[in-house]
Amino acid sequence: MADASPAASDAGTPGTNGHRPVIRVEDLTRIYVVGDMKVPALRGVTLRVEPGEFVAVRGPSGSGKSTFMNLLGCLDRPTAGTYYLAGEDVSTYDSDRRAQVRNRYIGFVFQGFNLLARTTALENVEVPLYYSNVSSQDREAKAREVLAIVGLGERMNHFPSQLSGGQQQRVAIARALVNSPELLLADEPTGNLDSRTSVEIMAILQRLNRERGLTILLVTHEPDIAEYASRIIGFRDGHLVDDVRVDKPREAARELAQWPTDEWSTAAET
Amino acid sequence: MTLRLAWRTLKRNKLRSTLTMLGVIIGVGAVIATLAIGQGARASVQAQIASLGTNVVMIMGGTSSASGARVFGNVQTLTTDDADAIKRECPAVAASSPTVRSSGQVISSESNWSTQVQGATEDYFAIRDWAIDKGALFTDADVRGAAKVCVLGASTAGYLFPSGIDPTGQTVRIKNLPFKVLGVLAAKGGSAGGGQDQDDIIIAPITTVQRKLTSNPTRVQALMISAVSADRVNEAIDQITQLLRQRHHIRPGQDDDFIIRSQNEFASAAEETSKTMTLLLTAIAAVSLLVGGIGIMNIMLVSVTERTREIGIRMAVGARSGDIRWQFLVESGFLSLVGGIMGIALGSLASGLITKVAHWPTIVRPASIILAFAFSAAIGIFFGYYPARKASRLDPIEALRYE
Repeated sequence: MADASPAASDAGTPGTNGHRPVIRVEDLTRIYVVGDMKVPALRGVTLRVEPGEFVAVRGPSGSGKSTFMNLLGCLDRPTAGTYYLAGEDVSTYDSDRRAQVRNRYIGFVFQGFNLLARTTALENVEVPLYYSNVSSQDREAKAREVLAIVGLGERMNHFPSQLSGGQQQRVAIARALVNSPELLLADEPTGNLDSRTSVEIMAILQRLNRERGLTILLVTHEPDIAEYASRIIGFRDGHLVDDVRVDKPREAARELAQWPTDEWSTAAET
Repeated sequence: MTLRLAWRTLKRNKLRSTLTMLGVIIGVGAVIATLAIGQGARASVQAQIASLGTNVVMIMGGTSSASGARVFGNVQTLTTDDADAIKRECPAVAASSPTVRSSGQVISSESNWSTQVQGATEDYFAIRDWAIDKGALFTDADVRGAAKVCVLGASTAGYLFPSGIDPTGQTVRIKNLPFKVLGVLAAKGGSAGGGQDQDDIIIAPITTVQRKLTSNPTRVQALMISAVSADRVNEAIDQITQLLRQRHHIRPGQDDDFIIRSQNEFASAAEETSKTMTLLLTAIAAVSLLVGGIGIMNIMLVSVTERTREIGIRMAVGARSGDIRWQFLVESGFLSLVGGIMGIALGSLASGLITKVAHWPTIVRPASIILAFAFSAAIGIFFGYYPARKASRLDPIEALRYE
């Protein structure tokens, strides 16, 4: 899993130069059994995502994108097909090994932040490290480090209830980063945020993608949020129907700099 | 780390955690207190029986019926002459005394007190191995003359003469009759289970008690006899049985009209009784502990449901189901162990209080504490396991979606 960092230049040229894709799924299928009815949610999806890509996943509800994300996040197992995460075939792993994969290789960011209540920002960020046997001093040092990356170095002893939505989402991003994952899965991360805060979060994700070469998959149903990604894929009825490269993605950091300052939203600090 | 996590989680819900623990606290406290009472009673009954005197044999009027049910005490078959005959004719018998008991109000110059008056002969003190502390015992002449004299048990002396003066030579009124106090007996110690204090007694010549304090001038309740030595107790019983059957004209094949008990038999009977009592009390206490355990399970189940989302989050970031199970097990174990420790403290405190207020002897043995501790730990694990397993089996996707 070592060389994920300088790959951004190479994105989009699958299979060349011996680069191992972060995600390689082949014919991925997920059929739910409800009573004695079989409901196919995902009908054979094949996709490669190279290190350093920033992919937006779009599709109406019921299109299978959530199922796809659950499979990519190793929260679920495919009915058929294979899933290689960073070269490892994880589609056959049992629940304990999948938990380990989630812990080491995947960072999650959710729409509803999903922080532990009555637990400080710092402790929230430490939670994944607790499940990878990191000593308590190292845990705290690492958590402080990633909180600084998302710009929350000063509020780390606050509880989620004392933080704004944007700040909570930054804590969640820090938590996703703390184990240096191969892949960041963001499920509608701006869905609960106002537009300026949304752009702030996108700026952080873009920065992580560009400066650290972090591979990001982002589910969104907002077209303008998808435009910050370098590649947009679309789902419909359990099939992958679109796969478009964005030549000039929107630049969140630049937009933020030009944001009109007369609005009340300046109160939400950066 | 897991411990700290559990501690913090429980601290967040202080009231709930305390109430949950209360079940275990009361259960363990009850176990400790009942065991303490049971063991205290047992020890004091043993002490009391031992203080009866080592070679003592007691004979009561009454029959063993065919069904095995025994009736004693109320049947008038023994006489003072039987006592004399036993002493005279049974070589294995050292001393013999007829006894009769009466109770009544006793008035001294300082106080009044309701107590037991035991009628006996001068031999009684030798049989019971009971020494005099102050003054003197009554004599054969006092018995023959039905003198109105008495000796006081150590406790009775204290109650009747709280100022601490020597009661010897004083006069006390028993049922309004004046008795001269000849002396005070040495304390036997070891108050019995049920609050009976064997030093709370007045002993007077049997003739006096029969004639002045009871309505029946020949009434004898029991004979107290001592064998010459401890290993000749059985021999003495055989000789007494033979003699009494002969004296009472009982034909072969007919049941005895008296019952002979040696000290050993009293001891084992008392042992049985206290064992049964302890078992019963412990069973009741165990039930309350069980209820405490169910309380823990209930709260843990509620907690698992409430924290479904937390479980989902933890699983998403890499907790294995074993990690989740362990987390909840540690929480329930913590609840029951802390409850257990507090229960041990409460039970010991209650035992002390019972001794102080009700004057029941109690003994908290280390074995009871270890037992209670182990029990509460087992309860935490047993009743915590199901909720913990339930938590660990949640599907992370469902759990994350839970509102």
